[in-house]
Amino acid sequence: MIKDQEFLRDIASYCIENSKKHGATDVGVKVIHSVSENVSFRNKKLDESNRADSFAINLTTYIEKKKSSINSSDLSKSNLEKLIERCIDATKITPSDENNSLPDKDLMSKEMIDLNLYDETHYPNDKKIEFLKNVEETASTDEKIVNTEAGFTENKNNFVLANSNGFLGGYKTSNFSSSCVAVSRINGAMERDYEFGSTRFLQDMMKPEEIGKIAANKAIKKLGPKKIKSEKIGVIFDKRISKGILSTLASAISASAIARGTSFLKDQINSEVFPNSINIIDDPKIEKGLGSQNFDSEGVETNSLKLVENGILKNYLIDTYYGKKLNLKSNGRSGGTTNLYFENGTLSFKDLLNSEKKFLYITETIGHGGNIITGDYSVGASGFMVEDGELTYPVSEITIAGNFKEMFKNINLANDLEMKYTTNAPTLLINQMTVAGK
Amino acid sequence: MSNFFKETDIDTSQAEAIVTETLKNCDDGELYLENHKSESIVLDDNKIKSSTYNSDQGYGFRAVTGEVVAYSHSNDISKESLRKSSDNLKDTLKSKKGTYNHEIPKTNSKYYENINPIESKTFDSKIDLLNNVNNYLRSKGSIVNQVTANFLGEHKSIEIIRSDNQVLKDDRPLVRFNVSVVLEKDGKKETGVYGVGGRQSYDDYLKDGSWKDVCDEAFRIANVNLESKPAPAGEMKVVLGPGWPAILIHEAIGHGLEGDFNRKKTSAFHNLMGQQVASEGVTIVDDGTLHQRRGSLTIDDEGTPTENTVLIENGILKNYMQDRLNARLMGTKSTGSGRRESYKHVVLPRMRNTMMLSGKYSQDEMISSVDKGIFAVSFGGGQVDITSGKFVFNCTEAYEINNGKIGSPIKGATLIGDGPSILKEVSLVGNDMKLDPGIGTCGKAGQGVPVGVAQPSILINKMTVGGTKL
Repeated sequence: MIKDQEFLRDIASYCIENSKKHGATDVGVKVIHSVSENVSFRNKKLDESNRADSFAINLTTYIEKKKSSINSSDLSKSNLEKLIERCIDATKITPSDENNSLPDKDLMSKEMIDLNLYDETHYPNDKKIEFLKNVEETASTDEKIVNTEAGFTENKNNFVLANSNGFLGGYKTSNFSSSCVAVSRINGAMERDYEFGSTRFLQDMMKPEEIGKIAANKAIKKLGPKKIKSEKIGVIFDKRISKGILSTLASAISASAIARGTSFLKDQINSEVFPNSINIIDDPKIEKGLGSQNFDSEGVETNSLKLVENGILKNYLIDTYYGKKLNLKSNGRSGGTTNLYFENGTLSFKDLLNSEKKFLYITETIGHGGNIITGDYSVGASGFMVEDGELTYPVSEITIAGNFKEMFKNINLANDLEMKYTTNAPTLLINQMTVAGK
Repeated sequence: MSNFFKETDIDTSQAEAIVTETLKNCDDGELYLENHKSESIVLDDNKIKSSTYNSDQGYGFRAVTGEVVAYSHSNDISKESLRKSSDNLKDTLKSKKGTYNHEIPKTNSKYYENINPIESKTFDSKIDLLNNVNNYLRSKGSIVNQVTANFLGEHKSIEIIRSDNQVLKDDRPLVRFNVSVVLEKDGKKETGVYGVGGRQSYDDYLKDGSWKDVCDEAFRIANVNLESKPAPAGEMKVVLGPGWPAILIHEAIGHGLEGDFNRKKTSAFHNLMGQQVASEGVTIVDDGTLHQRRGSLTIDDEGTPTENTVLIENGILKNYMQDRLNARLMGTKSTGSGRRESYKHVVLPRMRNTMMLSGKYSQDEMISSVDKGIFAVSFGGGQVDITSGKFVFNCTEAYEINNGKIGSPIKGATLIGDGPSILKEVSLVGNDMKLDPGIGTCGKAGQGVPVGVAQPSILINKMTVGGTKL
């Protein structure tokens, strides 16, 4: 059973009081309990069952402008007392930094809205097993599928965040997720693909048959890929990966990257970064949202933010520390974005595919080839050629490359946005990129 | 050495009794206890950005029968918690019947000392050194735009209790020291990153001013990149420098030779045992026994002593890397490759120090044989799709080669290749094998473990370079 708020509050209060007793002038603490149950299947047989029951405590103590932190999983008071002493000792000898402080009191979250983030339903393991059998049954109907793996995870979390300025907040969250990986084979060569669903409420989970079928179809479609010639071509990003463009944007407009001068978007605030048709929103208050929250990791109130409006960069993602460096107030983005998304474009998926004679349609990228400092981008990719609006043949062992600054300015969006992940984007076209192949 | 049952309501013999009772109808399993202390001290933007100390302890209880793994972990080491985990494991495996394999090899070897690096250097002296790094690098001129340096140190004690009271223990130190510098010149910014580490104390890597070498190397890489031109796009010859570029080996073939993917037949290598998978002259091993190396282990996380496993010998595929589960199901022995990130994670077959051994050619011979290609000296990360065999890695320092001569530096680009065929494209193997500086972390199924790599310079006949210049 997940521990209640009172249990977690007791520990948080103990840490704050004890730290102050040892000489801390300010204290921030987070106490988390999570219980997770996972079952995985392989080729229609039980493969693994995993139960996790874990506590975590993160404590930061300040002595004026000096700061140090500890993390532990042992909540016993004797252990906490020892760690607090250690933390205070380290704080004393850490050089001070004028930007170290708790968030301003008037920015703290005051009202807790119920965002519907917790489903108390327990999905017993034998139900998970039944679900996974259905996933794999559907995934393996085609004889080209030679291997299937499927998993179901149920997660329950409760946390309390508190600081010595009197802030205390916390709530339960839940998460159900299920995935299927299918391996297809033809003439000895194999391909793999997957489908994945993640929801706050069990009732919203995709149907097992749907998960299995999508994974299998995708894996089969990838069979027999060709390597294409190197060329400059329009590249369409499938919805599964188009959201990566937003993650890059989020890293580049984080207050830390801006303050440190290590972002290709430094000094671009209020400038046109995208075409004027583009709007990008980060909304923490979506009911049942996977990224929803009442406050950020420092307890600062978070509200919906238009990061990009009509193509113009309007906001950075600001926490307390780097906010002070930039002379800006925190906008509740310590810990990053919440539910981040592109507003829908105007073209239908079909019209987007038909907007030129030939495209490269990418369904997967591999590697970490994005450089936030220079904006240079180069990753491995696989997907399909699109000719006259139709996916013609699978493509692999190629790279796509460009620079984010130019890529951002050449984005065209379809109107097929779905809120499936924490970060979401519709199908996305970048007019021209360099593809390296043969 | 941690005593895991001190200050709990359970003693070792009671824990052993629960383990034996839980595993009596199982093929394998153990109670894995772990105490992990770690620290991170970061200097960034002229300030000590953070100092964090982590203390984590817990157990992972595993029961294995047939192909099924039941696992339960918690940070509450108590009678009630262990009983609950035990019930959970027995319930999962209730319809299975196995025979416990008691055999586990013993070792007297030790590949590192039981020191705690966090305590063996004072906090003050760590702060001083970080400040020295910052001052030293910034004294190189106004082109130095940003300096980040950090200490990462840890000490992990593990205890493995197997059925019938077999107990195996290990204490593992690990440190890493990293420097990253951003240079700015004529409006252009570039980064250079370098680090060192292994299973010794910080000072073993930083004494006598050797920390300056780390700074100089980071500075040098950034400086080279300031002059970089757009990288070419397309297939060409690639010369890889010695040492860290061996992450190519790690990604291209290492993952594909892990036992689990081959038992499940999802690896592109699963039907290639005994066959020619690389050019003659290519020998690759995975060695857990190198003294003080980042990827070394005295025993793995199942208690099996590590070894030097030959993966490919003169081009022929010889062995996979195995943990106990996959070894049993494939009718072979564990190679001491069973690893887990922590007590929160199940054991998987993983790499340790993956090395391509030296051949007979010089780097100069390789470069002078290339009309048009690139020379790649340093890399960021890599990734592989083990099923299709396609892998990538990112250059962080590379040069073009024209008519047998090294030319201008080129911008960071991704290189992509096909695992099962890339080693057949290796036409020359250098005589200059080098170990990496001790900075690698390998990710698999959400678990990160420290690893090492090594290789000599090699010439690859054909690889796709993912630049922007056609």
